[in-house]
Amino acid sequence: MTNQLKTWDKRRRNRTRRLERAAPYATGRHVRAEHVEALLHAIIEPADRVCLEGDNQKQADFLARALARLNPSRVHDLHMVQSVVALPEHVDLFEKGIACEIDFSYSGPQGGRLAALVQAGKIRINAIHTYLELFARYFVDLTPNVALIAAESADAAGNLYTGPNTEDTPAIVEATAFHDGIVIAQVNEIRETVPRIDIPAGWVDFVIVTPRANLIEPLFTRDPALISEIQVLMAMLAIRGIYAEYGVRRLNHGIGFDTAAIELLLPTYGAELGLKGKICTHWALNPHPALIPAIEAGFVESVHCFGSELGMERYVAARPDVFFTAADGSLRSNRAFCQAAGHYACDLFIGSTLQIDLHGNSSTATKGRITGFGGAPNMGADARGRRHESPAWLQAGEEARAGAAVIARGRKLVVQVVETFREGMEPTFVERLDAVDLAQTMGLRNPAVMIYGDDVSHIVTEEGIANLLLCRNFDEREQAIRGVAGYTSVGLGRDKRVVEDLRRRGAIRRPEDLGIARRKATRDLLAARSIKDLVHASGGLYEPPSRFRNW
Amino acid sequence: MEELHVEIPSRPQGRTRDAVLVGVVASGHCEILLERRAADAVPDRCIVTVHTSAHGFGPIWGAVLDDCAERHALGGLKIEIHDVGATPAIVTLRMAQAIEAWEEAHG
Repeated sequence: MTNQLKTWDKRRRNRTRRLERAAPYATGRHVRAEHVEALLHAIIEPADRVCLEGDNQKQADFLARALARLNPSRVHDLHMVQSVVALPEHVDLFEKGIACEIDFSYSGPQGGRLAALVQAGKIRINAIHTYLELFARYFVDLTPNVALIAAESADAAGNLYTGPNTEDTPAIVEATAFHDGIVIAQVNEIRETVPRIDIPAGWVDFVIVTPRANLIEPLFTRDPALISEIQVLMAMLAIRGIYAEYGVRRLNHGIGFDTAAIELLLPTYGAELGLKGKICTHWALNPHPALIPAIEAGFVESVHCFGSELGMERYVAARPDVFFTAADGSLRSNRAFCQAAGHYACDLFIGSTLQIDLHGNSSTATKGRITGFGGAPNMGADARGRRHESPAWLQAGEEARAGAAVIARGRKLVVQVVETFREGMEPTFVERLDAVDLAQTMGLRNPAVMIYGDDVSHIVTEEGIANLLLCRNFDEREQAIRGVAGYTSVGLGRDKRVVEDLRRRGAIRRPEDLGIARRKATRDLLAARSIKDLVHASGGLYEPPSRFRNW
Repeated sequence: MEELHVEIPSRPQGRTRDAVLVGVVASGHCEILLERRAADAVPDRCIVTVHTSAHGFGPIWGAVLDDCAERHALGGLKIEIHDVGATPAIVTLRMAQAIEAWEEAHG
């Protein structure tokens, strides 16, 4: 018997009603900027799930400001789903009662305000995700009713060009457009022909040209002038003790000065060790300016990007063999696919953190801030679904199961690189993560851990490398961590006899064990020591944003 | 400013030369001055004076300096450190640079 009484197209009918309400403000797909609030009032319904494009770099800031100006008695109790809480307006929505709950991945500068709102009961944080996890839920239980996105340009028909900073847009639009959601795009300009079609017009409902170009943050530029000798030392340890040791060809670097130092040491220290072509050939990485010298020196075969990086557009277009570009030369980035690449197609992740406990659990959660971790939990996780073999993966897997009666499998290298003390002599190594105490204030059951200890394979500090794969039990793992924790109270609490034994077995390796003289770790080893050096290395193709122009 | 004085046993430093100065007095850094003690000083001990803007880290200084004295031949030397919140990593590095500079010179 067919179920003749049930309606099977409620979503589609609802979509039609919304579009009818919006019709007075649109000519075809085009809506004038001054009608944006009227459009949003017409389209959005209370308790809607709204995806406001706050990517890691690109922001639909015009639409964010408009959303924050809406009348809370007409639009309220919205459920926000977005990658990044980046703009003040993203948080204003909750203070004004326009939105009441959120699922997101990262919050950076707004972390303090988020914590304050949780305390004040004005926001319910359902969950913090890693990016790919959030995108995945757009297709299951977090499908947006309305997506407010940012593109560079559109043509008259409404085809969108998202350009180098394509980022999260394809994932957001795919989920929204194909489940009767409404897609509203802000664009910087209308062009007769867009350089390429990133989002077809048929997937877009409304296009608004904004008075100012959408905001893009240069988050991945690190000035080499700020790299310290200690970071150079740790970079040498990573290259010699891990990259060369395991033959790491495919990898992702978490953003930071520690990893920028590694990138800048490849053409010098890496070349000295004869590693060109043997390590760091394939990357899941944003177009870091710090990678320019390694690319120019011939280390790099391929880079797939999550997003772009301001100032790198001309350099990328001039290196199409390396980057993923369209026929017009501009970069095509895609955060969802790059995150998948980092999870399954890379043999190593390396990044920094603020705190590590005695099990190797790592977190950046600190008191008074709710920030989330972005892509790190995805990159820094062993890919247990992976099946293809590579030398690095096999070697790490062998070390991990040595002596244990488990079936043979490989293992991703997940490396945390940290100085033992942070600024202000704050110890990185702690007995108990701040995150454990913060769980309650954040309204979560489990502590916000960025990378779990049993995924971490190595910890690199100025004291050396702890290889947790070679540790046979929790005691050895704890002592290996203490053995590289320097003069922190965790480090001073080491069992010297056990640490010596771990060193004899190679589970701890000091710089001298790897033939590294601490005194050789100077800034002279960096292939570029300033932003100006990077511009020079790029042959003038790299155009740093004004805030980085210090000459 | 906090001031710390320690006298630590260490292997006698054979070479003699003019004073060596490494590092900078800048936030997060330290300056280290190495000099030969008077001729009648005990050859297998060094004296260290630390002037530091960071208070309360006496025990960590003790541990760092003990390890430096074990790693390098500092006996017979007088060491003065001006510290502006350098981490043990920096102090250890500068000490290694200072003693390398000392040993490279001809006495």
